[in-house]
Amino acid sequence: MKYVLLFVETEKFEQDLEAMSQPERERATQLVYKWLADNADKIRGGNKLQPAHTATTVRLDRGSEPFITDGPFVEGKEVVSGYTEIEVADLDEALRMVSTWPGCPLVEIRPLLEMRQPQS
Amino acid sequence: MKSAGRDAIYPEATRQELAGIVREHAARLAAALVRVTGDFATAEDLVQDAVIAALCRWPIEGVPERPDAWLFTVARNRGLDALRRESNYRTKLAQLEWPVRSEPDDRLRLIFTCCHPALPRAAQIALTLRVVCGLTTAQIGRAFLIPEATVAQRITRAKRKITAAGIPYRVPEPDELNARLREVLAVIYLLLNEGYLSTADQSESCDLVDDAEWLAAQLNELMPTEPEVAGLLALIRLHRARATARFDSDGELVPLEMQDRSSWNREAIREATRLLERAARQHRPGPYQIQAAIVACHAEAADWSSTDWEQIVLLYDMLLHLEPSPLTRLHRSIALRYVAGSQVALDEVKALSESLDHYHLYHATRAELLRDLGRSLEARDADRRALELTSNPAEQALLRRRIDWIGDR
Repeated sequence: MKYVLLFVETEKFEQDLEAMSQPERERATQLVYKWLADNADKIRGGNKLQPAHTATTVRLDRGSEPFITDGPFVEGKEVVSGYTEIEVADLDEALRMVSTWPGCPLVEIRPLLEMRQPQS
Repeated sequence: MKSAGRDAIYPEATRQELAGIVREHAARLAAALVRVTGDFATAEDLVQDAVIAALCRWPIEGVPERPDAWLFTVARNRGLDALRRESNYRTKLAQLEWPVRSEPDDRLRLIFTCCHPALPRAAQIALTLRVVCGLTTAQIGRAFLIPEATVAQRITRAKRKITAAGIPYRVPEPDELNARLREVLAVIYLLLNEGYLSTADQSESCDLVDDAEWLAAQLNELMPTEPEVAGLLALIRLHRARATARFDSDGELVPLEMQDRSSWNREAIREATRLLERAARQHRPGPYQIQAAIVACHAEAADWSSTDWEQIVLLYDMLLHLEPSPLTRLHRSIALRYVAGSQVALDEVKALSESLDHYHLYHATRAELLRDLGRSLEARDADRRALELTSNPAEQALLRRRIDWIGDR
């Protein structure tokens, strides 16, 4: 089954990261790279995102014109900071994989709805 | 036969007996059907249909000689009927012959899937009762005093999540087993609590304790080397052995101190204690074994005054070490009163005010200690506060008696 892992950062995590020394931060980054390498056989893609303040949200349900606002669509202390698409046997394998994630403190596991190509 | 006469001919006991027969066979059938069709949700629906059919027809036609074969045939025929368009299930079902083989592991898989941590607790409970114990959605609603539609919705959502999120149908690996088992035990423990707290006349809720014991016994049979499973089973049996003494002839709650201990089932207490001792020999203590040991201390005491309070305080210390909780500290302070005196216990209770101010037992305990220290006006206020905070009729009645009694003095 395919899932997307949504990595979520919290304010506290951001502060902790800022409080780290340069070598500490590098070490934390290395741990994340190692995790990605260890799980490479299950990872199908993904990216780290730019910070939430770079987001732009478009609402299409406010009148006839698109409604454009600055920032993410949910203003909150927890923001999505990256995603990875994985392919594993089932939710338990995804849970096992996430349990060793060395980065941000929250991960949402979402199954993908596998879309079938329309038949022509 | 006139339908009005049926209730008289098939009294409550028979209805409970029927539920018991269904429970013995429903999970095995569900487990076998999931194995054959590979589809948890579909198999579960078929079994539920068969259970409802049984509860409708057995009271009239009598319980068939082979209830399991009867349930199997109904479920299979419903399946063949309902799955007309899904030919691969149909083929699998059509090949299925009586008797179906159900491995012990099949039943374990069923329990662990129902109690998967990715499902909310309320759904774990509803699914376990329906799939493993063979309760109908209506029975679950009555037991928890919630609308049947709410139960149905929880089950539908849970089954949808099992399919969509890829929750596997299997026994957890050894390295996950402890965490997963904790989920299953928490569900059984909640059934015990829910059933235990209800008053004697709510017979549907009393059945929950019966279901809790049955589930724990099944689990203990399937996982005989897990001491916490045996610990929880012993805990349930120790409660049940003394259940009749908890209410007087008017259905009023009787505090432990006043209970007629001659009505306790001594043989059942001895057996539960032996079960607990066997579990303890594995030297893997856990919260359920310790709780059972605390209850065993009470159950083994010939009377209130010979209770081994020092041992009980010690056990609470162990429990707090494993699982710190303000509620456990509150219970410990009740025992502490008989070891170190009411003032020490009251100081300990007061330290919990921040986390337990909304909890009726916090105020009821405070009231007892204040009364023991001769501060009866404060005690009455605390009892009043407790009364405001509980919705359990039996506990309300007990508190009212205490408030009135003080008022009369």
